[in-house]
Parts: sequence; structure tokens; C-alpha cells
Amino acid sequence: MHPLRKQRLFMVLFIVIFASIAVGLLSFALRENINLFYPPSKIVSGEAPIDKRIRAGGCVLPGSVNRSGDSLDLDFLVTDGRSEVMVRYSGILPDLFAEGEAVVVNGKLDGDGVFQATEVLAKHDETYTPPEVASIMESTTDEQGVEHQKTCEGLDYDS
Amino acid sequence: MIPELAHFALILALGLAALMAAVPLVGVANDNILWMRASRSLAVGFFVFIALAFACLAYSFLIDDFSVKYVAQNSNTLLPDRYKFSAVWGGHEGSLLLWILILATWTLLVATFSRNLPLDMLARVLSVMGMIAVGFLLFMLLTSNPFDRLLPNVPTEGSDLNPLLQDFGLIIHPPMLYMGYVGFSVAFAFAIAALMSGRLDSAWARWSRPWTNTAWAFLTVGIGLGSWWAYYELGWGGWWFWDPVENASLMPWLVGTALIHSLAATEKRGVFKSWTILLAIIAFSLSLLGTFLVRSGVLTSVHAFANDPERGVFILGFLLFVVGGSLTLYALRAPVVKSVVKFNWLSRESFLLANNVLLMIVMATVLLGTLYPLFADALGWGKISVGPPYFNFFFVPLMGLLCVLIAVAPMVNWKRSKAQDLMKQLWLPLGLAISTAVIFPWLYHEDYKWTAGVAVLISVWLIAGNKMDLWYRLRHAKTPLQGLLKLTPSYYGMLLAHIGMGLCALAACLATIYSDQRDLRMEPGKSVDIGGYRFELREISRLAGPNYMADEGLIDVYKNGELEAQLRPQKRRYKSGGNIMTEAAIDPGLFRDLYVALGEPLNNGAWSVRVHFKPFVRLIWLGVIMMALGGILAVSDKRYRKRKTAEQKASVALGDTNATV
Repeated sequence: MHPLRKQRLFMVLFIVIFASIAVGLLSFALRENINLFYPPSKIVSGEAPIDKRIRAGGCVLPGSVNRSGDSLDLDFLVTDGRSEVMVRYSGILPDLFAEGEAVVVNGKLDGDGVFQATEVLAKHDETYTPPEVASIMESTTDEQGVEHQKTCEGLDYDS
Repeated sequence: MIPELAHFALILALGLAALMAAVPLVGVANDNILWMRASRSLAVGFFVFIALAFACLAYSFLIDDFSVKYVAQNSNTLLPDRYKFSAVWGGHEGSLLLWILILATWTLLVATFSRNLPLDMLARVLSVMGMIAVGFLLFMLLTSNPFDRLLPNVPTEGSDLNPLLQDFGLIIHPPMLYMGYVGFSVAFAFAIAALMSGRLDSAWARWSRPWTNTAWAFLTVGIGLGSWWAYYELGWGGWWFWDPVENASLMPWLVGTALIHSLAATEKRGVFKSWTILLAIIAFSLSLLGTFLVRSGVLTSVHAFANDPERGVFILGFLLFVVGGSLTLYALRAPVVKSVVKFNWLSRESFLLANNVLLMIVMATVLLGTLYPLFADALGWGKISVGPPYFNFFFVPLMGLLCVLIAVAPMVNWKRSKAQDLMKQLWLPLGLAISTAVIFPWLYHEDYKWTAGVAVLISVWLIAGNKMDLWYRLRHAKTPLQGLLKLTPSYYGMLLAHIGMGLCALAACLATIYSDQRDLRMEPGKSVDIGGYRFELREISRLAGPNYMADEGLIDVYKNGELEAQLRPQKRRYKSGGNIMTEAAIDPGLFRDLYVALGEPLNNGAWSVRVHFKPFVRLIWLGVIMMALGGILAVSDKRYRKRKTAEQKASVALGDTNATV
């Protein structure tokens, strides 16, 4: 074979093999590390998988934050206006975590329907609402037919 | 009056940019030297009006003109002056103005320092930059004008800058990052100009290289600053989070790194020509994509401002136009610049190719991980996020492989090398790397961590390999000093950047492996042992800052019973807006950082406290600085000026003959 062609063939082969390995690894790694987002109502209705890393979010129900007296453990309720989920966490909360504000949590759902969070994310300034939370708030208002803001402020906690 | 003046200046700048996009190209088409020359004065005019607008906005901030909506949203009378100034780019509109100001600066620099570029080339380059400017100015004037007024109900007080952004890091991080992002527009403009003219030779690569290197160096510094800022300001103690916005800046960096290496091959050997062009297009497209991701609000991030989707649509449209247009041009013209040069598999060309392939794969994995949630959302697969393990899974081994190659690449000759010659140089670094990899983790920590061993092995191999190459190049010199003086700045630049890369990789791995961190509940008087240090909380007191109130902890750190440092972390509550902010306290050291952040008050006077022992974390940024300095040092090489003047004479002579013909 012409040396130039041979070189090109090697180059193409190299790229093809490398690329196929990469694609295989990519799909594997993506499947392992994707965290799906579930609003509280889907978790309560049993749509969320148990003991698998997921994300949840909504508004922190005012008055529900409950701290342990001697450690950093705490629990609170997260709501999307329809259902509530208990979240347990041990550690330091972000600065803008507050009752009645939007929150996103990463972690696993245990068998008792309690969300064991490894990470709690709050919004980073007053005017911002995480897109996930904003979207579930929106869908809530659609069903109730009530005009609410897309943030937690408009949420009716009595319902 | 001032804001209206600035608004008018922006409109004038748009007009000038439009002229700069059109006139030189028409000049090139008609061979009209006067029209081509106009590009230079247009570039100056464009810069002047953008600078005027920028100065007006800064002035409005400094005099607290809250009738300007953007100022009212991002400033406050209590804000210290330096933050009033940096607040200019603290929000969406102003950061866009900064983007355009930097584009104007680059355009001006190209117009000023490319006197020896052939006129038609300069005209094309400036014209492409003009097109980009038109796009961004339209975007600004149509969707996000920073000079909108709040009349007649002028607020008496502004709503303050986000406290996270009231910091020295923010004053310099965005300008540096943007210098890099926008700097790739120059490489892009050169690439498009080359495609238009069909002229793609080593002279072209030599014009493009200094600009690309400079942009890359700025981007490196910008990313490093961002990571440093996140480390001390967010209060989490991490220095890289695989946040989409970090990824948005990392992707152009990865492609930019590939580009500066591929440009080297194009300049020296005339290979990978069309590939280089493609890289320049991708690097700039990713810069635009980064701007889109950050500014459209589609991502959850510190950088995403709450804003309307209209802006996202505009940037997306512009992005599609730039990517689509340049790729179409590429498809039409790239076959013209095809290069046929032979090289052996053991040659510097193939190492540079491997570098490029690896960097592009890394970039592709980061891109996929960053965009996947957006695609999934758009396709209705649910709201998902891709976690850091995904990114680390690819990034760490691939970059490790890259580091292994970096040690060898500088020793390999262009065209072909003999394996025996290489072995002669490589056994010493290899031996050194293996022995350090065995000894260091064993000495440093009670249990031997094999991950640390691998990190040390690869980094020492990289650094020693580069030192060995330097020593090898001195072997024929009469005295070492003479040999050192003979080597070019671009060689030293490469050496410095490669060693910086090795240091950065080493520090990143060791900091991750040996960090010790704990979140715990502390009352005054209580202490905790972490990383061989004793942290004792003495007291928590109240104090008042210029625009905030704070709780300040006083923590004594002891090593072997002796006082090593006193740390004063704060929890601040800002007066306007009531934002709460963590100010971590750090005792920095070359080989270890002690890091304490206050969490929140618990019952009985106790606080939750985050205590970190972070070894080697400073060396990450030292490595980053070395990389950037390396890039700048390479630009200072005389070759970029000397040879150019010779060429200029040649091209001028050529131009004259053309004119007479």
C-alpha cells in the first residue's frame, strides 16, 4: 500500500476505535450518574425509585424545620402545594436556606418514604428560583386554577 | 443626560461596527486600498464609543444614579466605591457591555499591532470582528440595554449588589475570563479570513499564534481566578464543582489548548491546516455557547441571573448563525487548503495529534454532560442533572494520559524520531517518577494510598521529563549558561506551561486525596483535631461592617501544642436585602490551607462549623499561573516580530507588483 494511504488508514482506524470506546464509556457513565428530579407529589405517589440517587425539590414548609439538640442532624418538609416529603440531612445548610423558600435536595429515598439528603441546595439570591422548582410550582397552579407566582411566596400552605 | 449620551454612543458604535463589517470586505472584493484601510480607523472609532458608553455606566454607578434601572438593581449607596465600579459587570446588561468593551479592545489591538499584516488580511480579520460586534450590539440594544431609566419614579435607594459578588475576586475574574473568551474571536476571525482568502500557510499560523496564545493565557487565569473565588467565597471549601458554568469556561479552554498546539504544527510543518481552522471555529463557538449557557438562565448556577427567555433565544440564534455560517464556509473552502505532508508515527506531529484528539474527547464528554440535562428537558425525559462522578470518570484518566504524553512530546523530533534516542532521555525521569511514587505517599501519610502514588508517578514523570529535555538541549553548549541563553522564549514558555500543568495535576489530585474535612457542632471552648491540627473555638462575637452586620468566630489553631494560626470566619447579614453570606477564614500556606467557615447558630450558643485541612491546594493555582505565564512568554518570542517584518517587505513588494499588473 502507498505509505501515505497506510498512514491515513492507521489514523482513521485509531480514531474509529478510540471513538467507539469513548461512546461506550459515555453511555455507561451517563447511565450511572444521572439524577432525575422528582417533585414531592410524585414521590408520595410512589413514582420515585427507592434507594437510587435522585433529586427532589420544592418549598420548605414553614414551621417544619426540626433540629436535633446535640448534632447537625435536622429534618424538614418539602412541598409542591399538593404533597409533602420529609427530608433528613446532616450537615451545614446553605446561607439562603429558609422556611417558605425554594430548595433542591440530592440524595436517596429510603423505604419509609423519607428522603435522605446528602446535599441541600438553596437559591443563591432573593430573586432567583431554581428552574426545577419554578416548573413544578407552575404545574401546581395550573391544576388549582389559581393565579400564583412561580415562586414559593405564592404558595398556599393550607391546601 | 449621561445615560442617554451613553445609549447614543452604543448606537453609533453599532453603526461603526456595521461599517467595519462591510466596508473592508467590499474593499477586498474591489481591490480598493482606501476601503480596506478604513477598517483600521473604524476599529478605533468603534472602541472609542464603546469605551465612552462603558465609562458613562461606571460614572452612573459611582454617583449612585438610581434613575438608571440597572444601577438601581445592582448598587446601593452603602456599597464601597471599588464594588460600585465592579458592580458595572455584576449583572447581565453590564457584563454584556464588558464583553463588548473587551471585543472592542481586542479589535483595537489587532488594528494597532498588525501593521505588518498584509492589508487584505487585516481588512478581512477586522471585518469578521465587526460582524461579531454587530451581533452583540444588536443583542444588547434590543434585549438588554443597561441604560434603561426608571422615570419618573426614581428610587431613593438601590437594591444592592449580590453579596457573593462583593469581593476582590469578582473585580478581576470576569474581565480576565472575558479577555480569554473574546480573545478567541481573534483566532476565529483569522481562521475565517484564511478561509475567505484561501491563504493558509505558516505565515498565517505565525500571525495567528500570538493572539491565540494571549487569549488562552487570559482564559487560563480567568478560570483559575474563578476556582480560587469559589474556594474562598462560597464557603464550601471546594475549588471545582463541575458546575455547568465552570464547564462552559473549561470547554473553550480545552479546545483553545488543542488549538495552540495544532497551530504550532501548522506553523512549523504545515500540517493539520484545516483541522486548525476547525479548532479555531469550535473554540469561539464554545465561547459563545458559554455566554449563552450562563446568560440565558437555563441553568441553575451562581452565574445565572433571573431573566427572560427572549435573550436566550437571541443568543441561540446568533450562535446558530455563527456556527452554521462558519462551518458552511469551512465545508466550501477547507478542501482548498488541504495539506499533504508525511510524518512517522514516532514524531512530534503524531504527539500533537494525540494531544488534540485527547483534548477534543475530553471536551466532548464535558459538553455532553453539560448539555444532556437541557436536551433531556427539551425532549421531555424529565428533569435530570449529571453529577460530578460522570465528569471525573472521563476527565481524570484522559488528562492523566495527556500528562504522560506531555513528558515525551518535547523530546520527539518533527517528522521522525528514533526510539533508542528517546529511551536514553526517558529512563532517568521514569526511574525518578517510580521511586517518588513509592516513597512520597508512604512518607506523607500513615496508610499508602495508591491513587496518590499514581498521581505522583504521572506528575513527576511529566515534570522530570521536561527538565530532562531542557538538560538534553544544553548538552552541546560550552557552558550551561550559554546554552540557556540560546534557547528561545517560546521554548521556555512551553517548558513553564508544561511544568505548570504537571504541578496543577499533582496538586489537584493530592488536595483531593489528602483533604480532611468535617462539619460539626461547636460551642465556645470546644476543640477538634483534623489533619494533625487542633482547632479550638474561643468565642463568637458581633461586629458591624460598612454595609453589613456579622457574627465573627475566633478559632485558635494549634500544631503540637503551639499556636499556629488564628482564624476569624464570619457570617454576614447585609443591610439591604437581608442577604446572608459566609466569609470563610483561611490560613494559606504553600503546602497546606487551614479553612474554617461558620454554618449557622444552633441552640445554647453553639454553632455549626465547617473545618477543613486542605494540603497542596495553593499549588493548583500556582500551576495555573505558571501555565498562563508560559503562554505569555511564548508570545514574547522575537520570531513573531522579526520574521514578520521581513515578510511584510515581501508582501508589500508583492502588493506593488499586483497593483502594477
